[in-house]
Amino acid sequence: MPPMEQQKLSGRPLVGQAISRLEGYEKVTGAARYSGEFNVKDLLYGYVINSTITKGKIISIDTSKAEAIPGVITVFHHGNRPSLAWFSMQYADMDAPPGTPFRPLQNGEVKYNGQPIALLVADSFETARYAATLVKVVYTTEEFQTDLIGNMAKARAPKGGLATFLKPPPPKPFGDFEKAFEAAPFKATGKFIHGTEHHNPMELFTTTTVYNGKGKLTIYDKTQGTVNCQLYVANVFGLHFKDVRVISPYVGGAFGSGLRPQHQLFFSVMAALELKRNVRVTLDRHQMFTFGHRPPTVQFTRFGATVDGKVTALNHEAIAETSRFEDYTEVVVNWAHMLYPAQNTLFKYNLVPLDVFSPLDMRAPGGSTGLHAIESTMDELAYQLKIDPLELRLINYAERDESTDRPYSSKELRKCYLQGAEQFGWNKRSPEPRSMRNGHKLVGYGMATGIWEAMQLPARAAASITTEGKLKVNSAVTDIGTGTLTVMSQIAADEMGLPLEDVSFTYGDSKMAFAPIQGGSFTISSVGSAVKAACNALKKKILKKAKTMDNSPFKSHKIDEVVFADRKMISIANPSVFISYSDIIAANDHKVIKSVNFAMPKALKLKKYSRAAHSASFVEVEVDEELGTINVTRAVTAVAAGKIINPKTAKSQILGGMVWSISKALREETISDHRFGKYMNMNIAEYHIPVHADIHDLDVIFVEEQDDIVNELGTKGVGEIGLAAMPSAIANAIYHATGKRINQFPIHFDQLL
Amino acid sequence: MQDALAKINISQKHRAVAGGTNLIDLMKYFITDAAELVDVNTIPQHHAIEELPDGGLRLGALTTNAETAYHPLVESRYPLLSKAILAGASAQIRNMATNGGNLMQRTRCYYFYDVNTPCNKRTPGSGCAAIGGYNRTMAIMGTSEHCIAVFPSDMCVALAALNAVVNIEGPDGDRQLPFADFHRLPGDTPHLDNNLKDGELISSIDLPAEGFPQHYSYLKLRDRNSYAFALVSVATAFELCDTGISKARIALGGVAHRPWRVTEAEVFLNGKDPVRVNFEAAADIILQGAVPFEHNAFKIELAKRAIVRNCMMALDPDTQLPGAQPSH
Repeated sequence: MPPMEQQKLSGRPLVGQAISRLEGYEKVTGAARYSGEFNVKDLLYGYVINSTITKGKIISIDTSKAEAIPGVITVFHHGNRPSLAWFSMQYADMDAPPGTPFRPLQNGEVKYNGQPIALLVADSFETARYAATLVKVVYTTEEFQTDLIGNMAKARAPKGGLATFLKPPPPKPFGDFEKAFEAAPFKATGKFIHGTEHHNPMELFTTTTVYNGKGKLTIYDKTQGTVNCQLYVANVFGLHFKDVRVISPYVGGAFGSGLRPQHQLFFSVMAALELKRNVRVTLDRHQMFTFGHRPPTVQFTRFGATVDGKVTALNHEAIAETSRFEDYTEVVVNWAHMLYPAQNTLFKYNLVPLDVFSPLDMRAPGGSTGLHAIESTMDELAYQLKIDPLELRLINYAERDESTDRPYSSKELRKCYLQGAEQFGWNKRSPEPRSMRNGHKLVGYGMATGIWEAMQLPARAAASITTEGKLKVNSAVTDIGTGTLTVMSQIAADEMGLPLEDVSFTYGDSKMAFAPIQGGSFTISSVGSAVKAACNALKKKILKKAKTMDNSPFKSHKIDEVVFADRKMISIANPSVFISYSDIIAANDHKVIKSVNFAMPKALKLKKYSRAAHSASFVEVEVDEELGTINVTRAVTAVAAGKIINPKTAKSQILGGMVWSISKALREETISDHRFGKYMNMNIAEYHIPVHADIHDLDVIFVEEQDDIVNELGTKGVGEIGLAAMPSAIANAIYHATGKRINQFPIHFDQLL
Repeated sequence: MQDALAKINISQKHRAVAGGTNLIDLMKYFITDAAELVDVNTIPQHHAIEELPDGGLRLGALTTNAETAYHPLVESRYPLLSKAILAGASAQIRNMATNGGNLMQRTRCYYFYDVNTPCNKRTPGSGCAAIGGYNRTMAIMGTSEHCIAVFPSDMCVALAALNAVVNIEGPDGDRQLPFADFHRLPGDTPHLDNNLKDGELISSIDLPAEGFPQHYSYLKLRDRNSYAFALVSVATAFELCDTGISKARIALGGVAHRPWRVTEAEVFLNGKDPVRVNFEAAADIILQGAVPFEHNAFKIELAKRAIVRNCMMALDPDTQLPGAQPSH
């Protein structure tokens, strides 16, 4: 049974109601088709061959044994690849950092371990994978460096560029940090080390390219941006934009890994165009470790405070890994001064280029990294001052953003602190470390603050009233599992005064109205605002049409003198004057009424404000005193993220972030062996993410927050904020339980022995 | 049966497959190749769990881990074995994996699984990358300069503690191996995990009558609460009498190339009071001669504490928690 019929919705508005995701039925029954499940006829299968060295040159590739296997079609490599304009010009995708994007098969140069160096195409995946092992590659090797810790002396400032628009450089210094820190009676410092992480969404990266002839392609891709991939393919292969259609109706998680087109897209399209056949390329789990990742970082903090706990000096510096070919950056050190109004600050962010692939945004990039350092240093300061960690945050509460000298568009962080503490029972905390127990277990309470910028990008949406008087809305945006389909339908239904079942929102297709990549927690604010704008344009068209009708009672009505409710346009002055959408369509010669509109951030107005979602996490851990084993037994995260369109899908986002917090603090790490310059645990058995048995009581609170500035909807997005505060709160709880301050993530239980 | 044995005997390129939960992975990684897989699941007599005349229990090699762990006779008479099995893998894997296959599984050493790094176990003579590499999960006991891999099984740690016997069929006839003699230390032949000869098959595993249902515990310490291999695990069983411990068994997992038992420690505990100080002394005996590597020195102290805790837990098996986690 379709889910909409099962949901009993209690009146209007739909925005704000906990509506189950509309595509849930398709997903749980397996009816939802992902990019690797579009089984077109005459499909060929490509398998990527990866370099087994870290740096050097390919001397020769012998494909003879592989090509002798029945079913093998061909092997593409740098020596026989088609000549593409891309290889001689600069082309970067929407999310490319400053530098030169990696171009597979450009030449025989190997820049990192696992680099895709060839594509074997066969008539089945299994044949392709097996035959790929028979391809013999001879290399010359060169010296390489992959170790951030061993190369920190080579840190340098990142290159500037367009990327700084969404990822500003560190804020300028205030006052005299060194002097103020020296003079501060209370000081806390820390060195924080984070390892490499890989996104590892459940769904593997797969592209199915359907060759329609004459340079026309339909591409089913796993991506967070259909238009981004369309532009990329058109540019790289010299095709007309309109001849390239990228479809991505369902995405089985991505977490940032789909923000940039990944190399399976390039290979699938290249092979399809060359062979004039339909080609699917699937990366296997091992190969999911051969592109972007969250970079390892080393951070240093020095905070100084007065005897009454006022933070007077803030210093936060970070050194991060990047590749040799792009300067990938994150916003790591910009948060402390947004949260705490110190008069003396010093922030630095530098990069070390190494022989690895370019890092890539991974859920709460930079924020989840930097806030661990900031919030654990604040925690340390609280213990030194003998002030409750929560009280210390309230003493230093920023009413405005001192780092940019702007007010916040809204900020209900104080409510997050207080409601979160209440729900958690923070007042039961006894202040001393190692002072709470439960049998063999030391019990610890920890808390931390979260912040994530509320962004909006330009986006389009198209809306139309169908011949049946129903509403159709579309946008090229994807739904990466966050509930985009559901919330966009809610927004549109409310705008037009329709029940949810009269609204159909279609998405995940580059031929639809333009949408930016889906990330940064900005989709609801960007595409949601566009949906609202498209509906508003549609309302004007409906009114305009109504005015042209014979004896129209709306002739003198302006748009603000009508409302749209109950499938009708109604006069506010005289509610008995109305026209139903079906009558409007009849008056329009039974033709569809359409509108397309853009939603743009109101840059001049927004410039005057800092816009951010906030959160506070409270965590209880139990640590076995004898054996060190750690369990996060309870956690509460309170979030202020403006208007919550759908509390159910939003809560799922925060819960996912909280599970990830446990992963980040205690589980997840890509292990490198720098002697070989490669990752060692490239599978889900050894790359540990939490299992069910690791997850206990998790609670989410959305505090009321009204924001009339941030965008038309008053939304701030909830994709990242759930991962902002809690990793640090876990580390702080472990300190409270054990008296041990472990500043390296993930924390291994044996460090507590 | 004879058909299957004959096939396997043709060459090492023919491999027996039962549950396939490890072999298929190894083939996908191109670590093990096989010209042909011989499905041995069709041998009915290897499926049973049956009582032996001496009061023991015979576990068919092809009986699944799940069937074994939940079998009423195993649960009531050998609860240590049941707990150890259920601490391993996932429900899905235990439903497929067989008892014989459990003994035959290979190490999860990162370097063994990466065909582009040296590994003496995978490619004899190529060197051991784990010794100077990331060896957090590796062995501290019984290592050699050629290999520091650990044997990953939980089930086998309990089987070692219970003095199980492995029944083997082969072209030269049937034979039995005491459990302690089944798996090998790496020495200079780390490519050999066990003493099964070419062409031989495990038919069943015999448990002696003595099952320690009163005082037993399995403790598994790992990087997450389920679906991870042990960094250190301990199987402990006691028989207690008025004067103290009358019989003790302690076996470790996650520390060596085979389940690790030191009978001197068990003898030491005989006649002693079941108290912490004695368990600590036993742990010291067991861990004598442990050799740490760069990233796994913690295992020595962890193993010591785990032995002590698990001995305490064995005195009151009700303190055991799901997933073989430490007691509350």
